[in-house]
Amino acid sequence: MLNKLQNMKFGIIVFPGSNCDHDCYHIIKHVLEQEVDFLWHKDEIKKNYDCLILPGGFSYGDYLRPGAISRFSPIMNGVIKFAGKGGLVIGICNGFQVLMEASLLPGAMMRNKSLKFICKNVTVKVENSSTPFTRNLKDGELLTIPIAHADGNYFADQKTLNKLKENKQIVFKYASPDGDVSDDANPNGSCLNIAGICNEEGNVLGMMPHPERCSESILGNQDGLKIFQSILSANSSLNFSDKSS
Amino acid sequence: MNAKIYITLKKGILEPQGKAIQHSLFDLGYKEIQEVRVGKIIEIKMKGTNKEEAGNKLKEMCKKLLANTVIEDYRFEIDPDVE
Repeated sequence: MLNKLQNMKFGIIVFPGSNCDHDCYHIIKHVLEQEVDFLWHKDEIKKNYDCLILPGGFSYGDYLRPGAISRFSPIMNGVIKFAGKGGLVIGICNGFQVLMEASLLPGAMMRNKSLKFICKNVTVKVENSSTPFTRNLKDGELLTIPIAHADGNYFADQKTLNKLKENKQIVFKYASPDGDVSDDANPNGSCLNIAGICNEEGNVLGMMPHPERCSESILGNQDGLKIFQSILSANSSLNFSDKSS
Repeated sequence: MNAKIYITLKKGILEPQGKAIQHSLFDLGYKEIQEVRVGKIIEIKMKGTNKEEAGNKLKEMCKKLLANTVIEDYRFEIDPDVE
């Protein structure tokens, strides 16, 4: 069922405390059969990559705030440069938090409203299927993807939220299994049920749910694979930033 | 000199930890409590600067790293008499 369109080169940024780096590596290398390197946070980005992944985990032990210290890791200069040139960047969970701390994405994460660490499958509704990360999906499509976080309560001021809506930067929202975006389906108190957003240009995505944890049949759920496959098909078509300009 | 930096969630942002403590204090009989908010205190020891210079540096540190100004406010006190 895999659509092997072309070879892509992925880089996975490894911070001290990253713990989903190997899961991402496995999916890219063994399921998608693409090239992939681990990139230590103290190093520079020396090769040409098509997509950089900031994985989940607890970089720097979440000290101060999740992502606050990692954002100043030497490799982040390269990540910011790469994103500025239109390179695809996806931050998952802690990676999303790092991207916000680095101002590559707007907003901030607060402690979950329940104050609890939540680890469970949630339903996620696709709000924008025209990003490179969702182009194989349809608007309104429902995915089941697990979340695992204590700080996933997305916050941004009203002005920023309006801007996100206007620019179609909200990519995923938490929803009920029927697709209702309601308070009941909001696991952590996020503004507007936000589970994932992209930057204005659309080449940087942050999402709290973990697609790398549901991308294989043996795990009983392959919804996450649809996101990785979208990235592959995006790379084989025109560069997204060229399309949108 | 010593500096104490107070970091709190911005006013108007729901602070669930404070809410939980507020309920607990209320249950303990402290009915007069109206609001509880929890924040962080960071203590910093600095050398070789005057108070004004230290204040400017601290402000810079807060903006760059110590506080996330999307959700947090910060203020600090400087005690120049501490060696």
